[in-house]
Amino acid sequence: MSERITTRAELDALKEANLARIAAVEQRITVCNGTGCQACGGVEVRNALIDAIEARGHSHRVAVMPTGCQGYCQRGPLVVVEPAAVFYHGVKPEDAARIVSATIENGELVEDLLLEDPVTGERIPQRDDIRFYTGQQRIVFALNGKIDPTSIGDYIAHDGYQALAKALLDMEPEEIVDEVLQSGLRGRGGAGFPTGRKWQFTRDASGRIKYVVCNADEGDPGAFMDRSLIEATPHAVLEGMLIAARAIGASDAHIYVRAEYPLAVEHIRKAIDDARELGFVGENVLDTDFSIDVHTMEGAGAFVCGEETALLQSIEGKRGMPRPRPPFPAQSGLWSCPTNLNNVETYANVPPIVLRGADWYAGIGTETSKGTKIFSLTGKVANNGLVEVPMGTTLRHIIFEVGGGMRDGREFKAAQLGGPSGGCLPAELLDVPIDYESLGEHGAIMGSGGVIVLDDTACMVSVARYFLDFTASESCGKCLPCRVGIPAMRDILVRITEGEGELEDLDRLRELAKLVKSSALCGLGQTAPNPVLSTLRYFEDEYRAHIVDGICPSGVCEALARPYAIDPDACKACDQCAKACPTGAAHGTPGEPPYTIDDALCIRCGACFKACPFEAVTRGAAA
Amino acid sequence: MTDRLPSKLRDEIERHAGHPESLIHVLRKVQETAGFISPESEGYVADRLGVSIAHVHGVVTFYHLFYTTPRGRHTVRLCQGTACHVGGADRIRTALEMRLGIAPGETTDDLAATLETVACLGACALSPVMVVDGTYHGLLTPDKAVAIVDRTLKESE
Repeated sequence: MSERITTRAELDALKEANLARIAAVEQRITVCNGTGCQACGGVEVRNALIDAIEARGHSHRVAVMPTGCQGYCQRGPLVVVEPAAVFYHGVKPEDAARIVSATIENGELVEDLLLEDPVTGERIPQRDDIRFYTGQQRIVFALNGKIDPTSIGDYIAHDGYQALAKALLDMEPEEIVDEVLQSGLRGRGGAGFPTGRKWQFTRDASGRIKYVVCNADEGDPGAFMDRSLIEATPHAVLEGMLIAARAIGASDAHIYVRAEYPLAVEHIRKAIDDARELGFVGENVLDTDFSIDVHTMEGAGAFVCGEETALLQSIEGKRGMPRPRPPFPAQSGLWSCPTNLNNVETYANVPPIVLRGADWYAGIGTETSKGTKIFSLTGKVANNGLVEVPMGTTLRHIIFEVGGGMRDGREFKAAQLGGPSGGCLPAELLDVPIDYESLGEHGAIMGSGGVIVLDDTACMVSVARYFLDFTASESCGKCLPCRVGIPAMRDILVRITEGEGELEDLDRLRELAKLVKSSALCGLGQTAPNPVLSTLRYFEDEYRAHIVDGICPSGVCEALARPYAIDPDACKACDQCAKACPTGAAHGTPGEPPYTIDDALCIRCGACFKACPFEAVTRGAAA
Repeated sequence: MTDRLPSKLRDEIERHAGHPESLIHVLRKVQETAGFISPESEGYVADRLGVSIAHVHGVVTFYHLFYTTPRGRHTVRLCQGTACHVGGADRIRTALEMRLGIAPGETTDDLAATLETVACLGACALSPVMVVDGTYHGLLTPDKAVAIVDRTLKESE
């Protein structure tokens, strides 16, 4: 399609050409086609809009552009009409004609598609006035929603590959490492190791062949910013990797993507192909002595492959099992060569740092944690989606400002941060500025940035049990503390949630947690006890209620929930509860609501609760 | 026994002959074609890539996405991630188990459908979520999930 770019002047010319191409379009309808919006029909909406534009004869002046994930997934499919930035949510294919005739032709709003402010109830016409977006500072996510992720031209128009040009043409590799070091960027995948130091180690390591690897095996349940980044701005991730390769002296790069992310795989492959065609990947990039090849590899479904040494094993075609460090991958990584391994978000931070300078970047964030962090905000919060805020932002801002507060007006109980390696923070800690250090101090971790908001219906013992179920089943089995210790902890939690716990169990849990933390082989094992430790630290009374009082305060644990009841107003007398009930406690006459539950017969098995299609069965704590 | 593998697949495997690092990629190709990885395929792949059968079997059984038994024509993958979990994924699982008459990891006797659970699909903002034959369905309720499965099974009849 295009000529190879060999000089900065050519890159600038291509940028201008693309800017002109974009400017030639009078109006642009962007349709989010990230995985989230596709799940609610985003592709059909896009096609309907294209048809409507054609039918009304606007094709020459109005473009319909699919974008990557815009982060507000819960409200999808999202449609934004530019340049006015009119924001529509929950759009259906049948709305296309209305959007074209009202907004495109007459500059009018389609009222019922506008977002309603969850607090004031007012309709908000413009994207830039929506609190979910105004409360954020998007640097890494700056282009999400603004470009077609499959268009390298769009990326170049927005200063794409300028950072690579600067790194190759104006900087020595040492200077690149230094810039990243000065910026204070730390790994966004979990542990928060300074990225510049990692690059320095790999650069200094002896070896003719070196590798750059991108960890896109985003496995933490509740985290999806890496998927979103690759889907929406694959070139930014790629550009960051290319700069890293230049800095450390690598000529081969690998991206390891979760197989559960097919759209991300498709987009990054397209990005690499397009970059190769323009000469950003390949021999003598921009006519320098820098040559690079980039490969993608799909995972095959193993959480442990998110651990760096396990991931490298998997690239080599083996079982993804961690090995002891040292040697660190910087010394001996892929095929025993020095390897720099960072995660997706880390690489995506690199082009802005190179382009705008370390000082600018270091001015954002806290003393020890610089820049922004993307959090995936989910659970019982009004706005679900991806939130990019400066390091040092409080949980209160994320949940109650950007997130719009609790869903259904319920009470905030805890925020689970950092996935299976993280912890649950209670309401008292809502005002703590979040950075790597403060989270560690309070028993959670930054992790990949998952924030799952829990309300008063959550049972904290069950949450801990949930995470240990997960880590127990994902343990690779190589080291004993993880393979045996985590299931042992899980079994204790199961006992407690089934009403068989004893007070000594709390000490046993703490003892086992200490053992696993200090002796497991890899980071995943060492952090696996965190969900238990943090819930014990902040919600010990809930454990005690299960053990001593024999009740689950939130009514989640079936054996400890009582009594079950049927809400007469919600019951439709469908007979499902009676069919499911093994003891005949749930009973009634079909078609004649309400059904009732005979507490004397009820064994608290929860079958009726699960069977009811109308959520009429309630369970509460003992009076 | 190896002539049971289609020639196109054998050509693909041949391209990676002597390259043990391609094992996961090759196994994926085998599974795409055959639907699962049989002991015969394991033996053939081991031979061509130059690794032991034990190594191949170790890799196959290590990763969740490799199957050693035939799969259903439709695959229902229900997310068990944290957001889905707190959003009621358990009740959806029960509903799907009752509808299909199988537990997660199993396939119906008529090979119509396989039910799987997955740790996280990364579509947490739409929780609870499931993927049916590659298509995402979000904001599920037990009824909605069963209706989607009903529709999928009916369409293929």
